[in-house]
Amino acid sequence: MATESVQSGLGQRPQQHVGAGPSDTRSHNRVNHRHYVRRTEMPSLNARTLAEGLGWFSVALGAAEILTPGLLSSLTGVNRPGVARSAGVRELATGIGILTQRNPAPWLWSRVVGDVMDLAVLATGMRPGNPGRGRAAASFVAVAGVLAVDALAASHLTKHAGHPLVSGVAAPTDLYFETSIATAKSPEECYRFWRNIENLPRFMDSLESVQALDDRRFHWVAKGSPGLTLEWDCEITEDRPGAALAWRTLNGAQLPNAGSVIFEPAAQGRGTIVRLSIHYSPVGGRLTAALAKLLRQDPQTQVQEDLRRFKQLLETGEIATTNGQPTGRRSLIGRAARRWRLTSSN
Amino acid sequence: MKANVWYGKEQLRVEDVPEPRILNPRDAIVRITSTAICGSDLHIYGGFIPGMLAGDIIGHEFMGEVVEVGKGVQNLKVGDRVVNPFPIACGGCFFCQQRQFSLCENSNPNAWAAERLWGHSPAGLFGYSHLLGGYAGGQAQFARIPFADVGPIKVNNSLTDEQVLFLSDVFPTGYMAAEQCNIQPGDTVAVWGCGPVGLFSIKSALLLGAGRVIAIDRFPERLRKAMEAGAETLNYEQVDVLEVLADMTGGRGPDACIDAVGLEGHSHGVFGAYDRVKQTLMLESDRPPSLRQALKACRNGGTVSIPAVYGGFLDKVLFGSIVNRALTLKSGQTHVQRYLGPLLQLIESGKIDPSFIITHTLPLSEAPKAFRMFRDKEDSCIKVVLKPWLEPPTVGAEPAGPAKPHLH
Repeated sequence: MATESVQSGLGQRPQQHVGAGPSDTRSHNRVNHRHYVRRTEMPSLNARTLAEGLGWFSVALGAAEILTPGLLSSLTGVNRPGVARSAGVRELATGIGILTQRNPAPWLWSRVVGDVMDLAVLATGMRPGNPGRGRAAASFVAVAGVLAVDALAASHLTKHAGHPLVSGVAAPTDLYFETSIATAKSPEECYRFWRNIENLPRFMDSLESVQALDDRRFHWVAKGSPGLTLEWDCEITEDRPGAALAWRTLNGAQLPNAGSVIFEPAAQGRGTIVRLSIHYSPVGGRLTAALAKLLRQDPQTQVQEDLRRFKQLLETGEIATTNGQPTGRRSLIGRAARRWRLTSSN
Repeated sequence: MKANVWYGKEQLRVEDVPEPRILNPRDAIVRITSTAICGSDLHIYGGFIPGMLAGDIIGHEFMGEVVEVGKGVQNLKVGDRVVNPFPIACGGCFFCQQRQFSLCENSNPNAWAAERLWGHSPAGLFGYSHLLGGYAGGQAQFARIPFADVGPIKVNNSLTDEQVLFLSDVFPTGYMAAEQCNIQPGDTVAVWGCGPVGLFSIKSALLLGAGRVIAIDRFPERLRKAMEAGAETLNYEQVDVLEVLADMTGGRGPDACIDAVGLEGHSHGVFGAYDRVKQTLMLESDRPPSLRQALKACRNGGTVSIPAVYGGFLDKVLFGSIVNRALTLKSGQTHVQRYLGPLLQLIESGKIDPSFIITHTLPLSEAPKAFRMFRDKEDSCIKVVLKPWLEPPTVGAEPAGPAKPHLH
């Protein structure tokens, strides 16, 4: 089967997490997005969960070593409670670091170093003449196993530490966000509204304005914090009336990005499933910070809300709001909820 | 303007707030002439509804006079007298097209939050938490109505406020509860709770052809109203409801059961204490004794219809009864917009006069007192209508004229 996909990327797209394409090919107009990336390139959930588990393990072991150093050291066959207690402090700090810091990778590496230290201590317990040498050997094997798990988690999280908004580290990796929404309007109506690019700031929260330079090229201005203007020129790379649109920044943009939207006819004339995909390619710490300011919510939520506003505008001509309605006196919590966009009400 | 503002569990204050203004083209502003306290407002009052913020204006049953319309509203004009439905619906989305207005996809600005809790978001409602939109409610002198070209229905001056006000919620809610029972001529319908929704369920079930309606409550004045509405009544403090229902139906059980009680239901014995403890410890969000009973009482293959409000997690609900006895479960916030026209016709033709449920009429300024009275069922309180423009009785002076609370 010939696969047709909308080229939205800025280059190599990661191939993992590929979503299942539609099995239904009745409609000639249907766009196959089998090659579409469904998730951002982030540390996989498993690595995160594993790191969290290791964090709790550290906390528990650390607490045990601090509270009952004698018991722990005799269990491991190395009868040195002082060493056990200091190892406990290390474990506890590492565990808290893993569980509380946005980027757990350095703390996982600290676990790896700690494991090596523990192995050295246990090796001293395996010398001939130590009555606990059997237990020390068993502990050595156990810690070696833990070391392997720690190293695996640490290296995975380091390799994929590319979510600057979450991890705050300066390893820039491309960000992909994808979402979809069902609307009652036809693909043609959806396409027409979107193709009128000047409509975009009406529903894309991070955009200040979009101006047409010519039929295919546009100048975008993003809403930034004071003193920071983020603008770029953009061109339409694919334009299939009633079916799909894709765009990308021209060379030299401060924040290279690309996007595509597919208007997939829903079954039995039930309107359209609109699939939006946004791809950012932040290049460096300063721009990463700029991106974080640009996307004032978590980016996945933001693209979802953008698409929801698109649907509302298309179906109702307006965006539902309570912003500006009367209220009584808000408490600190109420004002904070609004500030953090937990509610749109003032 | 004056509005009834929620500040926390059992903390209501009627105070001055800014007047609403048009925010979107399809908005209208109404000057409210009558508004009511709904049984579901008591759940907010009791602090059981998640997503409330101090400072929220509550109330979702209101009517009034249009004083301003947005440029997108063609079917209303200033001066129109309208009753407003409590769900907010756009009229254009998938659900509105199917006339399932309380499931509108476009009216909840905080849809993402509702999605986190329930999986998907229903429509926004007036004055019913930020999970359901955070819209300012109608226990106020003015209200902003979004999508005013879809919701409000015009009523002429030959009918009183009291006759049409309940089109906003409780009458359609009771009606939809009965309609969902798919009543066949001669069916027996049991109704738990004889508050306003229960009473309208009774009337509606009879209008829809039920042969017999059995109403269950514990307050004599409510049971009396139910009897007047045409039901046989059971006081659950005096009889074993399941036993009597079985006996009344030759052991088969009612053809349909309507739960018009909701998440603060009362019960005695082990389950009653169990629910109190679990709800207090926040181990269950809702107390469902009436639902448990309905699921047991209903005949095989019958329908259990739930107009009552449940918000979250229920415990010890006999799901096996639904599966093994092929019960049908129906629920949902009322698609009020769907019923406005037909039910207004029933009122106009004199088939029903919804004002029979009113027990108290008070100025809006008395709202906090009215909530307390309604919650505690003091003074046989069943339904309170609030008048936003009535002056409160001055302290020390004899309350005069219409400001005087009166029993109907």
